[in-house]
Amino acid sequence: MPAELVPGVQIGRGEDAEEVRRGLLLTTLGKAVAWARKNSMWPATFGLACCAIEMMAAGAGDYDLGRWGMEVFRASPRQADLMIVAGRVSQKMAPVLRQIYDQMPEPKWVISMGVCASSGGMFNNYGLVPGVDTIVPVDVYVPGCPPRPEMLMYGILRLHEKVQREARIT
Amino acid sequence: MTSSPGRPPGSPSTPTSTEIETRSMGVREDTMIINMGPQHPSTHGVLRLVLELEGEVVVGCRPVVGYLHTGIEKNMEYRTWQQGSTFVTRADYLSPFFNELGYCLAAERLLGVEAPPRAQTIRILVTELNRIASHLVWLATTGLELGAISVMLYGFRERETILDIFEAITGLRMNHAYIRIGGVVMDLPDDVPARVERLLNTLDSRIGEYEDLLSGNPIWHQRTRGIGVLRAEDCLRLGVTGPMLRAAGVARDIRRDEPYCGIEKYEFDVPVADSADAFGRYEVRIEEMRQSLRIVRQSLERLRPGPVMVEDPKVRWPAQLSVGPDGIGNSEEYVRHIMNESMEALIHHFKIVTQGVKVPPGEAYVPVESPRGELGYYVVSDGGQHPYRVHIRDPSFVNLQSVPALVTGGLVADVVAAVASVDPVMGGVDR
Amino acid sequence: MTPEDLFGRLRTRFADVVLARGEVSVSVGPKELLAALEWLRDEDLGFDFLSDLTCSDWPELEPRYWVAYHLLSLAQGHRLRVKVGLAGDDEPHVPSVTARYPTADWFEREAFDFFGVVFDGHPDLRRIEMPEEWTGHPLRKTEPLAGVRTRFVGASIPPPDRRGT
Repeated sequence: MPAELVPGVQIGRGEDAEEVRRGLLLTTLGKAVAWARKNSMWPATFGLACCAIEMMAAGAGDYDLGRWGMEVFRASPRQADLMIVAGRVSQKMAPVLRQIYDQMPEPKWVISMGVCASSGGMFNNYGLVPGVDTIVPVDVYVPGCPPRPEMLMYGILRLHEKVQREARIT
Repeated sequence: MTSSPGRPPGSPSTPTSTEIETRSMGVREDTMIINMGPQHPSTHGVLRLVLELEGEVVVGCRPVVGYLHTGIEKNMEYRTWQQGSTFVTRADYLSPFFNELGYCLAAERLLGVEAPPRAQTIRILVTELNRIASHLVWLATTGLELGAISVMLYGFRERETILDIFEAITGLRMNHAYIRIGGVVMDLPDDVPARVERLLNTLDSRIGEYEDLLSGNPIWHQRTRGIGVLRAEDCLRLGVTGPMLRAAGVARDIRRDEPYCGIEKYEFDVPVADSADAFGRYEVRIEEMRQSLRIVRQSLERLRPGPVMVEDPKVRWPAQLSVGPDGIGNSEEYVRHIMNESMEALIHHFKIVTQGVKVPPGEAYVPVESPRGELGYYVVSDGGQHPYRVHIRDPSFVNLQSVPALVTGGLVADVVAAVASVDPVMGGVDR
Repeated sequence: MTPEDLFGRLRTRFADVVLARGEVSVSVGPKELLAALEWLRDEDLGFDFLSDLTCSDWPELEPRYWVAYHLLSLAQGHRLRVKVGLAGDDEPHVPSVTARYPTADWFEREAFDFFGVVFDGHPDLRRIEMPEEWTGHPLRKTEPLAGVRTRFVGASIPPPDRRGT
């Protein structure tokens, strides 16, 4: 991949500029690690309700998540680094959600997909948790009931930008 | 030490090597209780199965549900009658039009109104398209769970074409709230009948592709034939309806036995199989998709110009929607009428939108044939503006009770195939 | 059998039969329920399929809880609603029908979970939708919706059951 396209990369102006153009990159470790992480983020299967169907549609052929290496939804949370909470989280499901989140290894991110996961949605009652950010830390909220696959992809791309911007090594 | 599998009769009781190992290591040959779900890629949503295994054989199964309980029924008691459509549509989220249809038919029975003929034809059109879309999701996820991963992509590809039609008609891909009390909320756009016609032609050949891929496939046969058998008497005692019952040989279909929305005038067959196993259910659902295509074709021929909402001003949803410069909205003539010309019309619009219709006291039970079985709505009114009690008789809730009967005695790998053939949607099970 | 014929037929056996909007409803007391269901099943009416079993709560009436059984005759195609009125105690009791209709298993667990109705003779009566340690029966009219107050910029909207309209 051409060196100019990798974000955060500076191409020198000195005598080694020619060598750089032939394939040598200069960057910080954090940015390189972040670039690798965001381009191979594997989601855990956490589809709950209607949003899960739109998440599956986003992973299917028409709105392909495989463009970003994300079509492999890992069944085991230990192999995943992204949890897309897709759907309404009931009081009975909340401890399970926390347990799955705790089982994911660091670094991990959470996308709260749909209004029910973000805020309780149209159901404001005894049965639901009013927003999963009361249980797990959320990085990106994607509103919608359910959000179109393009909206979910936009949220995922914003998360990629966040990961690249933070450029953590740990 | 020899370890022959059996001992000849009358021989001294030499222990087998397994028994010696067991005794010496103190290993107990008890059953193992494992937990499948609620977070599991193959349980069709948040279903938890507590399985008791002896080796690979399932000796006991206990389904635990409730992980998606949303309190829809209680929520509806605090909203107006017309707002009920938006709530019930999210119960069984793969067949939203059926939920809305059952609820609106029950409320219309209490009100004593009937939707106009064009609305009834549109209702049949969208519900039968929904049946095809739901069966496609079933095929896609079942294929994925049984290992035919490309079927997942094909199923969702076809479903996208149907969702495009739904988006053109209702504005949304899922959870439409399109069927309201008194009719449907707006008329079909002008290009929709032609688009549906084109869709029907492609879908027919695509369903043929699925049959080519799966129906003769020896792997598919090995994974579905003889799996999850539930004979007709057990189905009826457990209250199972829908493709599961029809695969056991009972030709019971509410569209035939208790028709709604004029479907008795349409020509279609009710597919029945007699193997009562997962393969039979697959065959029934494929054929149902074909029959739904027939019904959709006939509904297009039956479309005649006319109103799509009842005329009664105390019931009709007062919107006259049309596509405006910003996308959608009330038509200009209507806005001019209520804002400039008639104060009473404005007041009436305001009251009926915020306070809703008043449904006379009584109760009604209306069943419709959803892709999973008999979807019934028991609606109780006390004469007010809010439903007093709405109970959704969801077919997945009842069909899921049969899972212990389907899996006990089989292998643990067949649990996935058996549960997939039930086609449960946990939104309907837990509501 | 048309609803009118069914109505006439049931009037010979039951006192409280109603025909409204094309549907027939019969009300019985909890002690007569099992005998009534036997009669409905074994007579030539043939109600052998239980479609639905649920409950509604009328706190201002006596009886307070009304359990509704929706029966269907597969051979003849007619439907019937049997309603049982239960007094408004904290733990109303009614016999379970799971022996006759195994499909009632989960329906009765749901009615117990949401309304607190105890079905005597049920093999395994415990909560099905709410978590096991939940207290209270959410769908009773005396229980609140328990929604949260929504805060916007410049406004605060109470949950639907405390809005006053």
